[in-house]
Amino acid sequence: MARRTAIVGVGQTYHTSKRKDVNGQELINEAVKRALEDANLTLKDIDAIIIGNMDHFEAINYVDCWSVDGSGAFMKPIMKVTTGGSTGGTLGACAYYHVASGFFDVVMAIGWEKNSESDTQAAISTCADPILERDFFGGAIGPNAAEYAMYMKEYGATQEDAALVAVRDHNNALNNPYAHLRKFITVEDVMNSPMLCWPIKLLDSCPRSDGACAVIYASEDRAPKITPKPAWVHATAVSHDYVYFGDFDWEAMPTLEATATRVYKRAGITNPLKEIDVMELYLPFSTCGVIWMEHMWVCSRGESPSLIRRGVFDMEGELPVNPSGGVLSTNPIGATALIRIGEAALQVMGKAGDRQVSNVKTAMATAFGSCYWFEATILRATKP
Amino acid sequence: MSAPAGRGKELLEISSGEAEHVYYWHCGHYMSQFLLGLRDRKTILGIKCPRCGRVYVPPREVCGRCFVTMDEWVDLGTEGYIYAFTVVKLPYIDPNTGKPIKVPRTDVYVKLDGADTCLMHWLDETDEKKIAVGARVKAVFKKRRRGTIHDIEYFKQI
Amino acid sequence: MDRAAIIGVGQTKYERGKTKNFAELVYEVVRKALDDAGMELDDIDNVVTTTNDFWDGRTIACMAIAEAAGSYGRDATNVEGDGTLSSFYGLMRTLSGVYNSTIVTTHCKVSEGSPRKLFNQAFDPVYERLLGLDAISSSALQARAYMNKFGITEEQCALVSVKNHRNAKNNPYAHLPLDITVEDVMNSPMLAEPIKRLDTSPISDGACAIIMATEKEARRRTKRPIWVKGVAHCTDAYRLGERDLTYSSALETAAKKAYQMAGITDPWRQIDVAEVYDAFSYMELMWYEGLGFCGRGEGGKLIESGRTEMGGELPVNPSGGVLSAHSVQVAGMARIAEAVLQLRGEAGKRQVPGAKVALAHGINGICAQTHCVWILSSEER
Repeated sequence: MARRTAIVGVGQTYHTSKRKDVNGQELINEAVKRALEDANLTLKDIDAIIIGNMDHFEAINYVDCWSVDGSGAFMKPIMKVTTGGSTGGTLGACAYYHVASGFFDVVMAIGWEKNSESDTQAAISTCADPILERDFFGGAIGPNAAEYAMYMKEYGATQEDAALVAVRDHNNALNNPYAHLRKFITVEDVMNSPMLCWPIKLLDSCPRSDGACAVIYASEDRAPKITPKPAWVHATAVSHDYVYFGDFDWEAMPTLEATATRVYKRAGITNPLKEIDVMELYLPFSTCGVIWMEHMWVCSRGESPSLIRRGVFDMEGELPVNPSGGVLSTNPIGATALIRIGEAALQVMGKAGDRQVSNVKTAMATAFGSCYWFEATILRATKP
Repeated sequence: MSAPAGRGKELLEISSGEAEHVYYWHCGHYMSQFLLGLRDRKTILGIKCPRCGRVYVPPREVCGRCFVTMDEWVDLGTEGYIYAFTVVKLPYIDPNTGKPIKVPRTDVYVKLDGADTCLMHWLDETDEKKIAVGARVKAVFKKRRRGTIHDIEYFKQI
Repeated sequence: MDRAAIIGVGQTKYERGKTKNFAELVYEVVRKALDDAGMELDDIDNVVTTTNDFWDGRTIACMAIAEAAGSYGRDATNVEGDGTLSSFYGLMRTLSGVYNSTIVTTHCKVSEGSPRKLFNQAFDPVYERLLGLDAISSSALQARAYMNKFGITEEQCALVSVKNHRNAKNNPYAHLPLDITVEDVMNSPMLAEPIKRLDTSPISDGACAIIMATEKEARRRTKRPIWVKGVAHCTDAYRLGERDLTYSSALETAAKKAYQMAGITDPWRQIDVAEVYDAFSYMELMWYEGLGFCGRGEGGKLIESGRTEMGGELPVNPSGGVLSAHSVQVAGMARIAEAVLQLRGEAGKRQVPGAKVALAHGINGICAQTHCVWILSSEER
């Protein structure tokens, strides 16, 4: 029988472009210490650990084994999960199942990345099939750029629509002391920034960061003893259908739709715009923040730009998106999706400081990986 | 924090050097046929699922949706239309060579006539104002072909 | 612990230079496991794949096998580690109440890359990696430390090789079935003192898949479910210099936890057959000790007694073990698959008669930093 599980603590580093002052294990340890502090626990209280990152960025094989000094896994059970950009979502799900299965009571998930240690684009481009697709894969930006090119043609959307998303996320980050990029920008700044992969420009795009995040999950018995307002996990869902980039159906976005449908069904949500109070979405590019809202059933096809222009997704809007500043402000890839879960949990727990949205009962976090792999998590203030 | 060696503010980095990993990936039976189709027949081969009828390119053993093996080959020829494209302007390091890629470069997703999935390749045009989603394209083959995806030199709008 | 069972297994033959690509290998074992369980993919609720970006030569390596593993239309996730660890995660998902059945896959084509270089990447980039250490040289350090401390001899290690390669002759999947003697092992080329070629596992390509189900689902599907009685894993310190290389505390901790879950108080008596991860011959002796089959330092005496041979009191590695087939992360899951076959009475010529309780063991990391122990049984209680 499944055990109810909740998030009871979150910790992260102050994300930045290059942490020369720490090595990987020390970076991880910063997040671990903060999460333990947040939950008022010690390492002794942690029964198992899960860790994730994308190997090629740091070129360390068997990271779970290597991390022991920083992750605190000495003489504990630890395993590693990795699914590219969606790793953080996979980490959250893994920790959840560690507890829900009944094997462990308190489990810590750690996501981390030191993107400054290597050439990010080169490493990412090795995800495409080496024989048939690698050479045509314009780094991580390529497919998303192509996706928006199609959307603009189909629905008459513009680069300015995407720029509004970029402005929202970047400026939200000003309230988040942990975010990497914290600079006020305007639509004009976005439009004037260098073109990377048409039509995506520099300020439409996520940075690469060094950072780590740790999230602690606990069983139904332990959670209320650890924190007064745990964030209960109501549902997780994942869709990793694709193998080749050429197989995508960008008009239908089937993997995003499948993930959203499944997670809403499992959490009993029928009208996401009304029933979800805040969303921490993995939007690697501002353009995704236009298109993907439709495939998550928040509005209908082609309608997203008008909701964006009306401020529906702004901090004072009906459904605030990315109060933390999102991926456009902070992107230590192995941690990024776990940060979405952590931020969503902080919103439910009422611990989100200056970026707190009022009265959050239901929060959603998503994860995205290059080949259109999606994961989603629904957290609530009440037990499932 | 005290610094018993060095001057306290000095933070070092260690480089992997020119670390190189050479792999010899086996194409498997299906990919091999596809590449031989490029090399020997100057045509693009796809494969059809006996259950749902989807035609996949590049070809593979299993239809992911129906979970059955496929063996009905389809000759997709060399023409199709641009499903999506992007023009890469910011260079990055090519993992195959360790050197930066040449930009601008147009990566294109081609929906060949008769296929349900796209083939990725390059387009010979790099000015995005001159490229249209939906434009008809044709594969241009190299004279000397070796059984790799680069036996197609690029696609061009027709 | 709620009950879950393994109801299907599939393995490829392990050999070097397989011409199928990753997806084709995974499809082969998924199909075999489904056929073994009498199921179709539609009956499976979720998928756990096991991949390693280094071994496969691409980041997000699990992409390549997503379709072949049956990910389409269902929840699918990925673990990077030994097959015993990913199978444990598959077990957790099965017992979570969200899914009824889970398929877990592993694959590795060791022959496609450069194993020694890839394993070198496991070492810390600042301290040990530049020394050029790899699996063989680091294990040789451990072997020498272990042998020196307890007076274990190279001949005793060789006995493991002789036993396992001979056992492999009964296993149609094994890569290296061989008729060798201790003298053959002693005369084989020295790779890194004291490890010789015949003390080392081969470079094998292969894949394996298992299907796990909740009690209710298992009873629906098969008459011979193999029950999971206990599973535990534990990780030791990372740096070789920080560990007692002569004894595996992590294995002892994991084994004790698994035994406790399974109600095993006297492992030697209560376990009928064991499949352990012998990447090198000396390792099997160390694992005897960590598992509590004998006291510390007594591994050499145990192998000499013949009690772990086929026909002995507790046969170890009737399949031929990892010394006979080593497809990296597949090898841990293969130990589970072999244990399942033993408990079903379907192990053919390598069958240990009347086996009711089996132990499967896997390792991860340098010098087996992580251990994972599984206890399986054909009986519910």
